[in-house]
Amino acid sequence: MRVSYNWLKEFVDLDISPRELADRLTLAGIAVERIEETGKGIEKVVTGRIETISAHPNADKLVVATVNTGAEKLQIITAATNVRAGDVVPVAVEGARLAGGLVIKRASLRGMESRGMMCSGRELGIDPATMSPEEAHGIMLLPPGTPPGRDAKKVLGLDDAILELDLTPNRGDCLSVIGVAREAAALLGLPFRQPQAVFPELEENISGKVKVEIEARDLCRRFVGRLVKNVRVGRSPLWMQQRLRDAGIRPISNIVDVTNYVMLELGQPMHAFDYNLVREGRIIVRRGREGEKITSLDGVERELTPDMLAITDPSGPVAIAGVMGGLATEVSKKTTAVLLEAAYFDPTSIRRTSKALGLRSEASLRFEKGIDIDGCAGASARAVQLITGMEAGEAVAGMVDNYPGLVPEKTLSLRSERATHILGVEVPREETFNILTNLRFKVEDTGNEMLVTVPTYRVDVSREIDLIEEIARMYGYNRVPVTLPYGLSTAGIKTGKQAFLDRIQELLAGSGLYEVVTYSFVHPRVFDRMNLPENSPLRDTVKIQNPLSEENSVMRTMMLPGLLEVLAKNYSRRVQNGAVFETGKVFYPRRGDSLPEERLVLSAASMGRTAGSWNTPSREMDYYYLKGVLENLFRELGTAPVAYRPETANPSFHPGRTASLETGNEKLGVLGELHPDVLEKFDIPEKVTAFELDLAGLLAVSGRPLQYGALPKFPGIERDIAIIVGQDTPAAEIMDTIRSAGGELLQSVSLFDLYRGEPVPEGNQSMAFSLKFQALDRTLTDAEAGERTEVIARALAARFGAELRG
Amino acid sequence: MREKLQELCHEALQALDAAGSLEDLNETRIKYLGKKGALTQVLRGMGKLSAEERPRIGQAANEIRSAIEERLAARTDELKVAVQEQRLRREVIDVTLPGTPVQWGGKHPLTRVRENIQDIFLGLGYVIAEGPEVETDYYNFEALNLPQDHPARDMQDTFFVSGGNLLRTHTSPVQVRFMEKTAPELPVKIIVPGKVYRRDDDATHSPMFHQVEGLAIDRRITFSDLKGTLDLFAREMFSPDTRTRFRPSYFPFTEPSVEVDISCVMCRGKGCRVCSHTGWLEILGAGMVHPRVLEVSGYDSEEVTGFAFGMGVERIAMLKYGIDDMRLLFENDLRFLQQFR
Repeated sequence: MRVSYNWLKEFVDLDISPRELADRLTLAGIAVERIEETGKGIEKVVTGRIETISAHPNADKLVVATVNTGAEKLQIITAATNVRAGDVVPVAVEGARLAGGLVIKRASLRGMESRGMMCSGRELGIDPATMSPEEAHGIMLLPPGTPPGRDAKKVLGLDDAILELDLTPNRGDCLSVIGVAREAAALLGLPFRQPQAVFPELEENISGKVKVEIEARDLCRRFVGRLVKNVRVGRSPLWMQQRLRDAGIRPISNIVDVTNYVMLELGQPMHAFDYNLVREGRIIVRRGREGEKITSLDGVERELTPDMLAITDPSGPVAIAGVMGGLATEVSKKTTAVLLEAAYFDPTSIRRTSKALGLRSEASLRFEKGIDIDGCAGASARAVQLITGMEAGEAVAGMVDNYPGLVPEKTLSLRSERATHILGVEVPREETFNILTNLRFKVEDTGNEMLVTVPTYRVDVSREIDLIEEIARMYGYNRVPVTLPYGLSTAGIKTGKQAFLDRIQELLAGSGLYEVVTYSFVHPRVFDRMNLPENSPLRDTVKIQNPLSEENSVMRTMMLPGLLEVLAKNYSRRVQNGAVFETGKVFYPRRGDSLPEERLVLSAASMGRTAGSWNTPSREMDYYYLKGVLENLFRELGTAPVAYRPETANPSFHPGRTASLETGNEKLGVLGELHPDVLEKFDIPEKVTAFELDLAGLLAVSGRPLQYGALPKFPGIERDIAIIVGQDTPAAEIMDTIRSAGGELLQSVSLFDLYRGEPVPEGNQSMAFSLKFQALDRTLTDAEAGERTEVIARALAARFGAELRG
Repeated sequence: MREKLQELCHEALQALDAAGSLEDLNETRIKYLGKKGALTQVLRGMGKLSAEERPRIGQAANEIRSAIEERLAARTDELKVAVQEQRLRREVIDVTLPGTPVQWGGKHPLTRVRENIQDIFLGLGYVIAEGPEVETDYYNFEALNLPQDHPARDMQDTFFVSGGNLLRTHTSPVQVRFMEKTAPELPVKIIVPGKVYRRDDDATHSPMFHQVEGLAIDRRITFSDLKGTLDLFAREMFSPDTRTRFRPSYFPFTEPSVEVDISCVMCRGKGCRVCSHTGWLEILGAGMVHPRVLEVSGYDSEEVTGFAFGMGVERIAMLKYGIDDMRLLFENDLRFLQQFR
């Protein structure tokens, strides 16, 4: 909502600047986003009458005009084609400044002197969207009677400040100048002038000329009709046009402008029908009928349904109630009588209709929020006053007021101790009384409580708490003291799951991975990219019914595609080395209406090499890199031993470089190099290794408590053993064999060398292990260690045919 | 004999002085003081001396021995220092070369900010609560005093999934879920971090973003407690001299409702581009829990009161780190992420 400061002044004698007013309103909950000063920066533009106009001797497209600006007559050269002798136009004289900073100087155009410029609306800073195309591109024409030499800004009303409000949806009453004026008056303690519309009426009476029948009484609770005859459709006065423009509405004609003006001023949307086109002068307000059609003012044919409210005459619909009028009964140049509608329509119905038709208008916006049902008649009168005042028509006496939905006044009780209990500050009783009275609530203080009657336009106030809010915002939020709650003290704690998640993020970040955040919704094609078969259960997704685009149309069932997209995007930006991870939810649909299953997962992906340095070679961030990260993670999380079993049939991964991670019989997830087909589909030319783990599963097998074990008191012995075994023997099995053969004395085993190639025979590899023997109760002898090593060697030979290397 | 000793002493001291290394010194020591050394040799001839002379010569010999030993010790120290110095000179490194890299990554800025917010409220005795990201209409709207056709539903353009369910548009449904589980126990003090979704996508909106919600319910919680809590939060989160401003606002599930501004983090309230020259930045919405929300959640709204607040993590991250485009937070460009470690 854009509200004119000067317009507000018609209802309240503001004694503070627009800026100050904006601040006060903002701190009372009527947020002012911006103040626009119309005509700001525009100087030395005056009205001028064109006295003569003649062809330019040296140019076909230019004309030479003599313009009377009161003080002098100026020769002005222009290319404009819409001006004639006798027109009054805004003239920027020498030294003038226009919108956008343009400065006017004396100039010579094709050998003729030009001492100024005639202005278009755009050059005066008027939003082109609020002007007709002719007005926007041609010279602005002022009413013929305008005297020359006046300040054009004053004449046009370009000396205002427009407050741009960002209203909350509960304050529909402030979608009007009068509503904002009431707030301002209450805030500043100034009197508010309730407008009274007085106008002359013809002898003839409306009765018998206009009939209003309301069939859908639930949807139309009031309909006020008035009739204006001898209508002369033309342009509305400049001041009215400018006020409409300042509010963002394009002036159309005097009659239509008046209906819009009243809507802006009083918040009551109005409609004007060409009375002679309304069959029998009879209005029937009823639900639309199946298949019924109407062409609305914007020229679009629309189909009505029984859920929609229609304004009809005996021949059919003439308007979509509260949303838009019909083209057939539109006011035109030929109109000689208008029927003015000021009605109250059910907010929900209007909201649904405008949603269903995809049609939002200034009117529907107001009806949706609930207008002042008591204001219909006053608004109607105001419209007639304006029309008769500009001599655009004459009022037929009386009105038709069909008011089936007469609503009782709302009276609420307010307990001051309740207000204190909520606010934490005692607002004195007298102040409370004044606040509510200034807001035009009627207050009766019974001693125990206050009985508060709510004005009809305050549809947002229906409970005691609403009154308490009114008191608080008028008292001033910033006057309320600052305290901390007291009561039982509580311990701030994370749940086990949250602490676990935080720890994982910490550890992975400390292992060289960067956390990323990707959208929970994905494109359905990611499943193709991941090589998933058609029948994969992962393709069964939670689908978004109204996605912004297919790109984000289904909830993810796996997190990895998002990470691959991150790597691909980075790769294309020449960031070709890196490892990323994410924790988040994946979503699996459940049958029926129940909410989907949401599972927390952890996923990571790496590409390229680690950063090397002058003394540190870079390493490939391959399978073993991420496995190392995971081993470290599991150790820190106290996870039960994890087995890495070859997973050869996962369609997304390399069949020979992928492991299923398992503890006992539980599968935690998968670690492996992505399948080359997948990488190709994601457009990543590098190898990528990744893992995805179920976090609930991981949590379930983690958290082994730390326990101290006694330090050895006696020295241990280290022995190395090197063997040659077949390349396809899994290292884990070899190490398991070493451990079991080593028995209690073997404290640790680690693989320190792995070698393939000459002189190791083809198909074999050399593996060197470092063994650490230790007895807790004595110093181990060389002989004992040697014996154990031999047992180990024999076991390896027996199980894998391993040969001891010299 | 005395002359001999004198000469020996002189010779030994000279040799010690001439010794260029610890090895030379050692040789010199052996040569003069060793078991078969010169001094011993000389003393061996003592037997031939008279009983009167013997102690005198003995004393002289001892004096010579200590003179030599003293010099030896001095020279040893000198040479040790020299050797050490030499070694240290040899071992000079370029201390300006970069250190051995340690693999280090980083948490996402949104995680950092979320943890920051969480920590402040954990310190105030709040517990963390969570809820589903796909929600029912009831928890996301109805229970929060947003019935069907409520105009305020338009404030939150919603993504729908099947079964009338939706992607939650705020973390507030967790308020109701948590209270339903907890009622009638008191107090309730939770914070709810999480992802939320709205149909919006431009430089200042993302269809998925993050909120942190807070809720405190007890017998005598007031609006002034809400102010105090959020004022403290703002100072902890931004800086101790941060000022707060409370503006009336509207949310269907709180009343009175408030929008909280902080003094601009860039210009300290003087007015700049970031705060649109107002000196204030809007950072969160809050209010006293609406009686109807308490009622549907199982609390007696006459008995208990409470406040709730909600803030956008992206907004705070952008202010805190000076990020000017929200999309950067979801592009995951490593060069961007590397700036947060």
